[in-house]
Amino acid sequence: MLEAWAARQAQAPFTWLRPPESGLVMVRARAGGTGAKFNLGEMTVTRCALRLNDGVIGVAYVAGRSHRKAELAALVDASAQMPGMGERIERELLEPLRVRLEAEAARMQRKAQATRVDFFTLAREAGA
Amino acid sequence: MYVAVKGGERAIQNSYELIAEARRGDPAHAELTLDQIKQQMRLAVDRVMTEGSVYDADLAALALKQAAGDIAEAVFLLRAFRATLPRFGYTEPLDTSRMRLWRRVSATFKDLPGGQILGPTYDYTQRLLDFSLSEPASSAVAAESGDGKAEPVPGVLSLIEQEGLIEPQEPAAGDPDPTDLTREPLRFPAARPVRLQNLARGDEGFLLAMGYSTQRGYSHTHPFAGEIRFGVLEVEIVPEELGFAVPIGEIALTECQMVNQFAGSAIEPPKFTRGYGLAFGHCERKAMAMALVDRALRAGELGESAEAPAQKQEFVLSHSDSLEASGFVQHLKLPHYVDFQSELELVRKMRARR
Repeated sequence: MLEAWAARQAQAPFTWLRPPESGLVMVRARAGGTGAKFNLGEMTVTRCALRLNDGVIGVAYVAGRSHRKAELAALVDASAQMPGMGERIERELLEPLRVRLEAEAARMQRKAQATRVDFFTLAREAGA
Repeated sequence: MYVAVKGGERAIQNSYELIAEARRGDPAHAELTLDQIKQQMRLAVDRVMTEGSVYDADLAALALKQAAGDIAEAVFLLRAFRATLPRFGYTEPLDTSRMRLWRRVSATFKDLPGGQILGPTYDYTQRLLDFSLSEPASSAVAAESGDGKAEPVPGVLSLIEQEGLIEPQEPAAGDPDPTDLTREPLRFPAARPVRLQNLARGDEGFLLAMGYSTQRGYSHTHPFAGEIRFGVLEVEIVPEELGFAVPIGEIALTECQMVNQFAGSAIEPPKFTRGYGLAFGHCERKAMAMALVDRALRAGELGESAEAPAQKQEFVLSHSDSLEASGFVQHLKLPHYVDFQSELELVRKMRARR
């Protein structure tokens, strides 16, 4: 979807401040869900930073190892800061993306809800 | 003592080719794709991510393919790859009460806010081999129900926590950052955050056996499965150049809150205590075993005598890692000719002296 959006835009010339680089972040959680922080394990992430030729800077940190995805995300981040572009990007890219992600989440939620169960405790007979 | 050997380059090279051929199997059959592994062997992928300690389904699928399905070998491959990547930092601590749930059950409360959601589980299947799966069939489609709106579902244990019947789980003053076992060696006594990191990447088989031993009486922790949840959660980091939290993506997680009895002490009234398990992806058995072992290892801080193996942190934490265990056991296959020759000499001498 990012790729399709990018294909429709005029190529914005930019220079890399930090070319795409894949690495790890350590995922932290909490003991018992709310207690002391602990290190659960790492996840892959790709980051990059670029500057459009008119000086606007775009930064991206994206889960996974796709350099292209990080590049597109940084381009969107930079473009959204250009005058008048924020609203257009919201309308043409972010809103449709959000709708798609929410539809997917809702579909999973409905499937989960279909497995919702009521357990009944069987009463023991007196003296049992 | 291990004395190095050299030679055999040609044979080793040929064995690489032979393992590649053995991995591929009969070329008359289609080769596995990473997507097939990710989609249809998801529990193996999740286990490799959890024990390999890197959340990346593509890498885990690749490791499984390369290892021809050997989980411990795939974990080794993933750990070796992670060592080549730079570390960008730490995420914000996960708030698991915000998970979008695909499954959530409690064995302690029948009626609970958010309900019991069975989700995708083998629990109620009859474990009869399904021969219809031996031939490719049309896709399976699950039923749907409700409007699809999801509200965050608070943890079950908050119900009894409000009454003070279970120990609260709060960070220490100042919410200190935990020691990171990928940066510092394991030292004893290990604090609970360090133990949890060790258990989180520990071998499922080992933790399962340790957890099982606590149920059979080797430490008396009387567990109940307070809550098990599986779902997805957004992960946030604070990049140095931005200074505020940004979401980088979602990860799937399995969490287990174990509830355990505690008789109280001279200064504390009786109340329930907890064990905690958390794993990447859908690793329910692992999360439960981890929670049992976490609770057993808390013997010291709860004033219990640590006599059973599962309560001894040096024993448990030193042997939980499949990478270390498998490496040390399997190094026995390497040539020990010099070692053994000297032992042989020794035994001959001793016999000659008799």
